[in-house]
Amino acid sequence: MFSNAKLNEKIAFTLLKIATGMVVAFVMVILYYIISNGYSVINLEFITSMPRNRMTEGGIFPAIMGTAYLIVGSMAVALPLGILSAIYLNEYAQSGRTTWAIEMAISNLAGTPSVVFGLFGLALFVKYLGFGPSLISASLTLALLILPVIIRASQEALLTVPKEYREASLALGVTKWETIRRVVLPAAIPGMITGAILSIGRVAGETAPILLTGAAYFLPRMPDSIYSQFMALPYHLYVLATSGTNIAQTRPLQYGTALVLLIIVLCVNIVAVSIRSHYRNKIKR
Amino acid sequence: MSNRYLKEKGIESLLFASGAVAVIALFLLCIFLFRDGILLFSEYPINSFLTATKWYPTAEPAHFGILPLFLGSVIVTIGAVIFSVPLGIAVAIYISELASPKISNVLKPVTEILAGIPSVVYGFFGLVILVPIIQNTLELPTGQTALTGSIMLGIMALPTIISISEDAISSVPRTLKEGSLALGSTKWQTIYKVTVPASLSGISAAVMLGIGRAIGETMTVMMVTGNSAVIPGFPSGLFAPVRTMTATIALEMGEVPQGSDHFHALFAIGSVLFITTFIINIIANYVKKRYRFNL
Repeated sequence: MFSNAKLNEKIAFTLLKIATGMVVAFVMVILYYIISNGYSVINLEFITSMPRNRMTEGGIFPAIMGTAYLIVGSMAVALPLGILSAIYLNEYAQSGRTTWAIEMAISNLAGTPSVVFGLFGLALFVKYLGFGPSLISASLTLALLILPVIIRASQEALLTVPKEYREASLALGVTKWETIRRVVLPAAIPGMITGAILSIGRVAGETAPILLTGAAYFLPRMPDSIYSQFMALPYHLYVLATSGTNIAQTRPLQYGTALVLLIIVLCVNIVAVSIRSHYRNKIKR
Repeated sequence: MSNRYLKEKGIESLLFASGAVAVIALFLLCIFLFRDGILLFSEYPINSFLTATKWYPTAEPAHFGILPLFLGSVIVTIGAVIFSVPLGIAVAIYISELASPKISNVLKPVTEILAGIPSVVYGFFGLVILVPIIQNTLELPTGQTALTGSIMLGIMALPTIISISEDAISSVPRTLKEGSLALGSTKWQTIYKVTVPASLSGISAAVMLGIGRAIGETMTVMMVTGNSAVIPGFPSGLFAPVRTMTATIALEMGEVPQGSDHFHALFAIGSVLFITTFIINIIANYVKKRYRFNL
């Protein structure tokens, strides 16, 4: 009986290890294919020139810039809103109906499919407010999409600040807001930044929402205002891979675009993770 | 002194306003989504929308039956769940119960990378690598099938399932496990008779959120499932092309004139999708809260 249990344990643990190995293998295989096929395509010209000859040659400069504009635009809206709303929830709100409603709204927004955000952006920003298919419509749509992520990350960061910090400051007669501004926020900022950086990756990779709110199939110039359409990396990859003029011929360009996108997202993740671990080590000391 | 008080009050109001943005956003989202969706039903009966078996939006007369699309989403999601739930839970158990801190410090970033890869890159990988593999090994007329979508969505749902289950499993009090071990159970017996049952609510929430993620995914399914709007059989439908609700919205919105029936039909699909994920979220929140450890 005893040895049977031991044997079962051995089998079970082996299966768990195999499962984990499989997941690691998925990551490796995906990264391997994109990197090995994409790296030879990427050079200065690819990154800094316009697409040419109906997108079968040339680079992806406008798509990179479009994605950069989207990141700046959506973060400019979502970051302050998200941090302020996390401060309200963690430092001011009493648990009650209002707080419940806000928490509920956040978790439902977080679970809403991105294509539904796209429809919402189309109906509200593009049509109702008359912004048209444009950078501003897409940025605002993405801002709403990442708002729950930023709020949650900021809330977690605020939770890590020990209660004694606040009490010590309040006991000295400092007001609540001054306490938050001078004591709580400085301690919570690294965690908030981590959350913000991770949502940059999200903005860079989202396709469905911008597809409905202003991403252009092909636009060989920079957007000249916030009301103009734009190219973006993820949509450009989709277009090249599924409806470009010559899908087989442009495969290297597709791998190159996928790799640039992947590099942006991975760098963002690495920066976020290292800020987080640097900060954690600091607390331990 | 009163100046200072006024400033404090002013700031509190500003913070409250920011907090309210999430509620307002959700409220506006419902209004704008449903408003354009409901307009369809002035021209096209809601019964036909929900029960008709044909999605021919450009035919004369047009058919806007959501059923093939809804079932398309369902079959792809079921496939993804069958594949990713056991795998995800196994990895979560491994990370939280077996792996040394060193190994779990490597595994966590790996799952974070999995979560960070954009859906369009998954779609591209599926299209270029997995589609030909499925086509050749199963000898199908096309590799763009529900199964292909299920595999890709399963991989994409993994990080959600792993990280939330792992949180749940790690939060099981040590005393419970030690009690079991002290009674002479093996480590594995403790895991499957004590630790996993004790964290079942968190694991269920993880599975629900994984389902929500899979059903709402757009770009990946659009690129690998072939997008033909037919009612899928089960399980035979796994090996044929399907079209999901999400893919329909993303594929067709670019071509429809704003304000047409077809335009409103796509918003109606969006409303159904939103309601579906809304219900999934509420269930996930409920199970998570209902059975949380209060120690």
